[in-house]
Amino acid sequence: MSEAVKKIVTPISIEYTITPGAAPTKFLRGIKEGRLLGQRCPKCSKVYLPPRGSCTVCAVPTVEEVEVSDQGTVTTFCVVNIPFYGQVQEIPYVCAAVVLDGADLPCFGVVQEIAVEEVRMGLRVQAVWVAPEERGYTLENIKYFKPSGQADAPFESYREHL
Amino acid sequence: MRDIALVSFAQAPSVRREQIHNEVEILMPVVAEAVRRCGIDRRDIGFTCSGSSDYLAGLPFSFVTALDGVGAWPPIEESHVEMDGAWALYEAFVRLQHGDVDSALVFGFGKSSVGPLREVLSLQLDPYYVAPLWPDSISLAALQARALLDSGEYGEADFAAVAVRSRRDAKSNPNAQLSGDFAVAELLESDYIASPLRRHDCAPISDGACAAILASGDLARQLCERPAWIRGIDHRIDTINIGDRNLCDSASAKLASEKSGAAADKIEMAELCAPFTHQELILRRAMGLGDEVRINPSGGALAANPVMASGLIRIVELAARIQSGEIDRGLAHATQGPCLQQNLVCVLEGE
Repeated sequence: MSEAVKKIVTPISIEYTITPGAAPTKFLRGIKEGRLLGQRCPKCSKVYLPPRGSCTVCAVPTVEEVEVSDQGTVTTFCVVNIPFYGQVQEIPYVCAAVVLDGADLPCFGVVQEIAVEEVRMGLRVQAVWVAPEERGYTLENIKYFKPSGQADAPFESYREHL
Repeated sequence: MRDIALVSFAQAPSVRREQIHNEVEILMPVVAEAVRRCGIDRRDIGFTCSGSSDYLAGLPFSFVTALDGVGAWPPIEESHVEMDGAWALYEAFVRLQHGDVDSALVFGFGKSSVGPLREVLSLQLDPYYVAPLWPDSISLAALQARALLDSGEYGEADFAAVAVRSRRDAKSNPNAQLSGDFAVAELLESDYIASPLRRHDCAPISDGACAAILASGDLARQLCERPAWIRGIDHRIDTINIGDRNLCDSASAKLASEKSGAAADKIEMAELCAPFTHQELILRRAMGLGDEVRINPSGGALAANPVMASGLIRIVELAARIQSGEIDRGLAHATQGPCLQQNLVCVLEGE
């Protein structure tokens, strides 16, 4: 009996040139300069960061540009203890949702310069940027967030952003 | 069967390469315009269905991000087909037959410019025997065109005549990408892209989007002075094995046309989705559309071909002519797959 064909390999590779879009382009240009540019919904006034060009709740385009602070509040977080392929950080480390002052959606980042067990909801943090000459069109321009030294934010101030 | 009609629609003008806006940013004003034109509150729309392709976009779950532009709050009932928006319209038509909702939003969108379209379309071929050979979409269409020439019934001038008429008609279509006055002899002087196909035989590469609102019975009459009623809709598919098909004919288009009831009364106009000139000739013959039928007054896919929206555009172009009172009855067609593999036929009527 001849051997059964159990698998074949057919390599596929296609290259795309993706357009981020008008709103994300403004955001990416801003972050290269160390600025965080969100957009405000004309109907519900929520500020999206990063902006997608539309308010997903109101279904209207967002046009008004809003510069958002690089300081914010940890709304929720997790401690990563599991090693995985491609891991950059040394474990254990903290991955947190941070709602930046002036924004209505939390963004994700790593929290450092604080013991893992001391990270908490309401912790006030500050972005640590890579050197200006190393910045590109990428969120990696923010290396991590560190405690800003301010008093913890009261729960009421961020409960809507959980 | 419930009476279902197209009551509103909108399109983005097709362009060769949209370099500023992403898919969602192209789509959002189109959906908003379709909703605005019929005056329905978007929160009252009972069902939403879209047609698009992640392979075209080069992004996973690109149809989910499209919902950002539609407004999915409060949560909506939504579905998606990895097909042209015409098939999304088919699903919405079937969904509306259930009787518990009375309106639906359908849309199709795509940027054909972001990847190498000819190769992207190769990914839909049989993955074992055909796709690894990377026959591209134009080469496969050229095999079909060659078979048609060899049948002796048409010549390259017949192909060019389709292009001349399409581009001339597209002059009055603000959403068209290619238009103008050309002569058959002039077009036949150009070089082949894939013999026997020349550039004018092939649809342009287009970025675009199209949206439509469907409504049933009385709601349709409230939302629209002259709804375009869907009197028949059917879609059929030929085998993926190109060698098993008679490429000079389209059995699936013929069957879809028969099942849609197109022949029950006079067809005044047909919007055919033929991305290649020779495919229009095959479709006309398969569906029995004679010289008395006005073909593709919009310029058809040869004037603008945003993949995943092009078929839905055919349906809304026909609906526009019914809403305006220009015609009472016509047929719209959509296609997907290599060499007209899958075909959808939709018969629209005014009241």
